[in-house]
Amino acid sequence: MSEEVLQQASPGLIPGSGTVRAAKPTRLSPSFISWLQAGPMMLVFLAFFLIPLVFVVIVSFWDYNEYQLLPAFSGRGYTDTFEGCIAQLPDLCTIGKTYLKTLKLCFMVWGITLFIGFWVAYFLAFHVRSKTWQMGLSLLCTIPFWTSNVIRMIAWIPLLGRNGLVNSGLIKTGLINHPVEWLLFSEFSVVLALVHLFTFFMVVPIFNSMIRIDKSLIEAAYDAGATGFQTLVNVIIPLAKPGIVIGSIFVITIVMGDFITIGVMGGQQIAAAGKIIETRVNALQFPAAAANAVILLVITFLIITMMSRIVDIKKEL
Amino acid sequence: MKEGRPRSFYVLAIFFAAYVLFLYGPMIAIYVLSFQGPQGGLTFPMNGVSTFWIAKLFQGTGIVDLGAAFRRSLLLGVIVMIVTVVLSVAAGMAFRRKFRAQSILFYSAIASLIVPSIITSLGISLEFRIIDDLIKAHWNENFETSMGLLTSGLGAHLTWTLPFGLLIMFAIFNRFDPRLEEAARDFGATPWQTFRHVVLPIILPSVIGIGLFGFTLSWDELARSSQAIGAVNTLPLDLQGLTTTVTNPDIYALGTVISAVSFTVITLALGTIHMLNKRQAAKGSDAGKGLV
Repeated sequence: MSEEVLQQASPGLIPGSGTVRAAKPTRLSPSFISWLQAGPMMLVFLAFFLIPLVFVVIVSFWDYNEYQLLPAFSGRGYTDTFEGCIAQLPDLCTIGKTYLKTLKLCFMVWGITLFIGFWVAYFLAFHVRSKTWQMGLSLLCTIPFWTSNVIRMIAWIPLLGRNGLVNSGLIKTGLINHPVEWLLFSEFSVVLALVHLFTFFMVVPIFNSMIRIDKSLIEAAYDAGATGFQTLVNVIIPLAKPGIVIGSIFVITIVMGDFITIGVMGGQQIAAAGKIIETRVNALQFPAAAANAVILLVITFLIITMMSRIVDIKKEL
Repeated sequence: MKEGRPRSFYVLAIFFAAYVLFLYGPMIAIYVLSFQGPQGGLTFPMNGVSTFWIAKLFQGTGIVDLGAAFRRSLLLGVIVMIVTVVLSVAAGMAFRRKFRAQSILFYSAIASLIVPSIITSLGISLEFRIIDDLIKAHWNENFETSMGLLTSGLGAHLTWTLPFGLLIMFAIFNRFDPRLEEAARDFGATPWQTFRHVVLPIILPSVIGIGLFGFTLSWDELARSSQAIGAVNTLPLDLQGLTTTVTNPDIYALGTVISAVSFTVITLALGTIHMLNKRQAAKGSDAGKGLV
């Protein structure tokens, strides 16, 4: 089952009934049937994804007061967001600092998940030889993904808290005298939890790329006298690149928009791009929230465009 | 059967084991802690062993109205699961031919997967607010809201589960042998008979997998629900609300109960998939049985 997910297919490559041979003349044309089949899903995306995105853009240019939306053109959502950004130069304004912080978190989580994800996928793809074991172990990595993220966050509390296992262990061994405070509700715990939750998104696409690598290429590299390291750098990494890029897009977009993990694990004290939107919504300042959503969307889109320059996503899925 | 393993195997095996421990260790810690004695706190060591906190949860004397939130989440999860399965299988079938708007649907699904959840959630909430305002202005002044569990909430969850469903369908049909269908057609099967008696039995294990994704992703969904669910809370939202206030193990007990549902569903689904695969391996596919 999880193997299915691990071996995603490409719609472009699907063979078969390109031309429909009707045994009997049917009244429904093939293109009409396709519309009937794909239409419902398209409608859901239209109603609950595409139109809402349009509304986010429109409302970001509306005006607002303390308690309601005013449907009149205004740049207030944006000017409020960038308040003080020119006056405070050369210092960074709040929004600038927040985005810098979010990007920093993003970069750290990306680096760590890439490292762990790559080696976990490598182990599964090249070292586990039996198909049954391969499926069993990938299932083992997938099961936590089907359980609650919040629970997986609070699961760190008994370990990292002031009187948690880590602190009491360190005190017992005499390494420290007082409990370490920065273990929980800190940037450290945010990064730890994000890595814990989302390395899965790195493992799946990298494994998917690696499993398609022809093993004889690796043997050829060894036969030609390449060391293990040379094979890794010159054969495996280039061929696993599509998976690495797709995994990176997943992890980066998730962390850029995250507000729950940063909220819960940061003790609601750490500012981030996603949290600004949540704060604005809670204050019922919808145009400001929408303006921030547009900014986040643009930045995320820029990152994805830059990364998909490296690889054609549609071809790889 | 095996030649000697290289040293890198052992290094990576330890690395992998450490990763699995990192994945499961903390979760297991809170399952254990939810069986704290009545005097127990939020951390180890255990202060006695009891089902006090779990029982407290079910008596409703705890912190949230567990029963109502539980039923809401379960209802939503089951509906999301059914809709995800039906729409994904249908759309997956459509993708086997070329049709116009194919790439629009494909890119919508991918975008829906990677656009930050908070933006989708905010968009849905704005959409419904604007619909409400229109209804109030033009039809009914006393209208409350069209937002709710099974309107905006359902839609928000589907934007998360459908992309997974569609990607799994791509994976299935990438390995599917279309000659089986051609054979069925040659025997005079109608398109519906071909689907019902040939295609569906073969893809059924993976379709159950789609259902598994549909239910579990909805059951635990948080980011998209946050703005779009309306006045009531789902179970994960209640749980998140507790993280800032709670000082005793009820929160672990609630976490354990939520996880128990997840693990039950996972076990049922994987068990069924395993059984179907075994039956297919033993008897061959039962595809075509209904036609003879």
